[in-house]
Formats: sequence, structure tokens, C-alpha cells
Amino acid sequence: MKTPVQFRLNGEDVAAFAESGANLLDVLREVVGDLSVKGGCWQGSCGACTVLIDGAPRLSCLTLAESIAGRSIETAAGLRRGAELHPLQIAFMERFAAQCGYCTSGMLMAAKALLDRNPSPTREDVVEALGGNICRCTGYEPIIQAVLDAASGDRRRRA
Amino acid sequence: MAKHRGRGVATINYPIGMNLGGDPSQALVHSNPTGKFTVTLSSIDLGQGMKSVTRQICAETLGVPVEDVFVDTADSDTGPHCMGSFASRGTHRVGNAVMMAAREARAVMMEAAAEELEVDPADLETDGRGAIHVKGAPHRSIAVRDVAIAAQFRQGRTIAGRGIFLVPLSDVDAETGEMTPATCYAHACFIVEVEVDDETGDVAVLKMTSAYELGRALNPKLVEQQLVGGSWMGMSHALYETPEPYYPDTREGPRDFNEYLMPGPGDICPHDVAVLERPASDGPFGAKGLGEMCANPVLPAVANAIFNAVGVRVNELPITPEKVLRALKARGGAVPARAR
Repeated sequence: MKTPVQFRLNGEDVAAFAESGANLLDVLREVVGDLSVKGGCWQGSCGACTVLIDGAPRLSCLTLAESIAGRSIETAAGLRRGAELHPLQIAFMERFAAQCGYCTSGMLMAAKALLDRNPSPTREDVVEALGGNICRCTGYEPIIQAVLDAASGDRRRRA
Repeated sequence: MAKHRGRGVATINYPIGMNLGGDPSQALVHSNPTGKFTVTLSSIDLGQGMKSVTRQICAETLGVPVEDVFVDTADSDTGPHCMGSFASRGTHRVGNAVMMAAREARAVMMEAAAEELEVDPADLETDGRGAIHVKGAPHRSIAVRDVAIAAQFRQGRTIAGRGIFLVPLSDVDAETGEMTPATCYAHACFIVEVEVDDETGDVAVLKMTSAYELGRALNPKLVEQQLVGGSWMGMSHALYETPEPYYPDTREGPRDFNEYLMPGPGDICPHDVAVLERPASDGPFGAKGLGEMCANPVLPAVANAIFNAVGVRVNELPITPEKVLRALKARGGAVPARAR
């Protein structure tokens, strides 16, 4: 049976029919067509599918699609503003913080959740915020540095 | 019960590509209607930078800006033969093939330019910015784009080239069995400092220090990325990854990805990396390869560091806390190096 679900995705209203019991990850990718969300393990182990639900980082593979009715979802596809990349995206590029790129969407969203609530994180804050996200290629250091760069860049812009 | 620090060292002599002759890769280079160039390959870029490096090699060989070269790869329906992306062979094997193809294309490009400028091709040089001019007379110049247009519409030439790199088969000496299994070797030395908890068997990695001799670093940022990331892939093999981490029975083993351990952001430590550039005689612009080599020495170095810390040799990977505890029990407790 299919259930209608309405929510906001990156600021736009979305209406979709979700298979009863379907997870948000599969609905975002296969019904809505947002392929910026990546599925790694489909059981909450790897963090690749991290999206923001009302600003909080959540594993879309463990989120029942029907439970997000009326809520606001952010994915990596919504990070850029037109031609302008998000400071995190710029910092990830400048720090070479991706190789195969599979974890990148989830890393970006976990990092965005952190910077949205704490614009001046310490290294420990960043490590903790990314603690649920696994990366196979980078050894994490470039990613941690990129998040710290994006935070300090934000501070510079505001100053 | 205590935590013991130890340091381990390993060195590596790493052959680039598959050995014993063969291991070929091909590349094709042609000019486009826009006066730019495409490299066609079948080699996969897994994120390690194959496309960036082959683009650089092609641009440098042709003498055109790197922005004017595109790399079209990873489609075996349209690309030439490639053995694949493994054995640290991409930059060396595919890079050599690209260089050969780009040299052939460059020769045609220079002949076409010479015909337009009414000079001998040997008197021409590229400026690396999209033009070709007479040596010593930069004002006698033609844009590469205009050369490509002339070749297409007036001269009837194809500015294109083919390249292959194939390691010749090495004969075996019947008396000694001696042969030359590979033509190019990279080298590394890796030092790791660990702390072993003799109560839990847990091994914490405190610091890594490494030096890599990898020919010429064609793209230093990509090299750094590989070395830093690859060392943690090695660490993951050394200490974490196994489908059967639990004792005493495989029935207690993992059922799925949830229980397959890998290091997370909180497990990493500082890593000092030094790169020594000694150009390889048969590498493209002197490059060797480093992909696998950055992971391999980590494993023996960790085993050595644990021995240094607590005096036990664990000979099975990964070195899980259970194995460390069993070894400590058999040894009658931790015996740090200074006490031996």
C-alpha cells in the first residue's frame, strides 16, 4: 500500500507516494529523485545517508518516510545557492576532502548540522559531529580540516 | 595492569604494476572541433585522480594548457584496452600510454602548424598557452585552435595519436632462476607509535611518521591525499577489519555491516608525511605509483610496535584486542622492550 507524504525538501514543497514502511532514503532517491543522498549500509552504520530533518542530522535509512510528513528535509543537493557553493563545499574541494566521494554527502550534512548550531567548533566538536560517518579513502583528516576551514571562513565573512 | 607504549618500523620495496611482463594499457588522443583535445581511456578513476594526472600528462606532452584537455574514460564500449586500476599501475602504465599517444598527436599538430606557417616543423615550439610559434620568433605564431581547423578543413589531417605501454617479458635464467619481474619500484619507510592496554588488549595509534620515494609527484596534493588516506586503509587492515572478529566460535561472528569495524574520525592520529622525489627512468615525467604502497607497510609496523610495547608477536591480522590478550596470556603478561 502507498501512503501520500508531504514535506519540504531543500525549501521546496514535495508530495510523494511512499510505500508503507519505506525508509526516507529510498523515497528520496527513488521516488523524489534526489540522488545526492547516498545509501551505504541501510542499517545506520555508516552515515552516508545523513540528511537534516528540521535542522538535526538524521540517518535517512532508519527514518520511516511516513514520519516526515510536514517536516523540513535538507540534503546535499540543496547546499548550493544557484551558482554559489556552500562554504563547506568549497572547503571540501580546497582540502581534497573527498576521493571516491561516496561518504561526502553525509559528511557535508553532518558538518552543516554542526556549523548551524555551533559556528565556532573546536576540533573535538568536529570529530564528535562526524563520529557516525565512515570514510574509506581520506583518513578523515582532510575532512576535519575542511569543516574547521569552513567555520573559520564563516567567521571571517561575518567579521 | 597498565598501558605500554611501543614503536614499530617497516620498510617497503614496491613493484609498480603487475609483474613478469605484459600488463598493458592503451590510450588515444585526438583534437576536437573546438581545438581542444580528448584523451580516451578505459582506465577507471576511483577518486584517486587518474583523470587529473592523465590530463596533466597529455597537456604537458602536447604543449597545451591543461584546461584544453578532456579525459573520457571508464567505458569499455568506447575506450581502448586497459588492464584496470590496481597494483598502483595507473599513473605509470596509463600515463606512459597517454604520453606516447600525445607525442604522436603532437607530431601531427606540429606538421600541420608548419604547413600553415610555411616553416619546418623542427623550427616550431609550443608556448603551453594555446599557441605554436617559430623558435626565437614568437610573433610568427598560430593558435592551436587554428591549426586544428586548418588540419580539418584545408590539409585533411587527423591530429591524433595512439599509445600503449607494455612491459617486455623477462627471461628466466635457467641456472639461477633470476629474472626482472618489474621495471619500476617505489619505496617507503613507515614508523608508528602505539599504546597497548594490557588489560583490554586494545591498541591505540598515537602517531605515524612516514617517508615515501615515489618517483616524481605529478600532482602533489593528490599524492598527499593518497598517502594520508591510504595509511588509514592500512591501519584498518592491521587493527580493525575482519568478517570474524569474535571468539570462540564463528556463530558469534558478525551478521552484517553493523559489526564490520573500521576506524572512525575519532580514531585517527597525527601523521607526518615526507615525499622524496627521484624520477623513475621509465615513468611518465618520472612518476612511479603509490596507491597500494601507502597501505602495505602499516601492517608490519603495527605488529612490530605491539611487540616493542608488550613483547608479544601477533601473526594473524587484524590484531584485535582478543588476539593481543591471548598472546599476553601465553607470554605470562606484558614484557616491554626495556624489560627484555
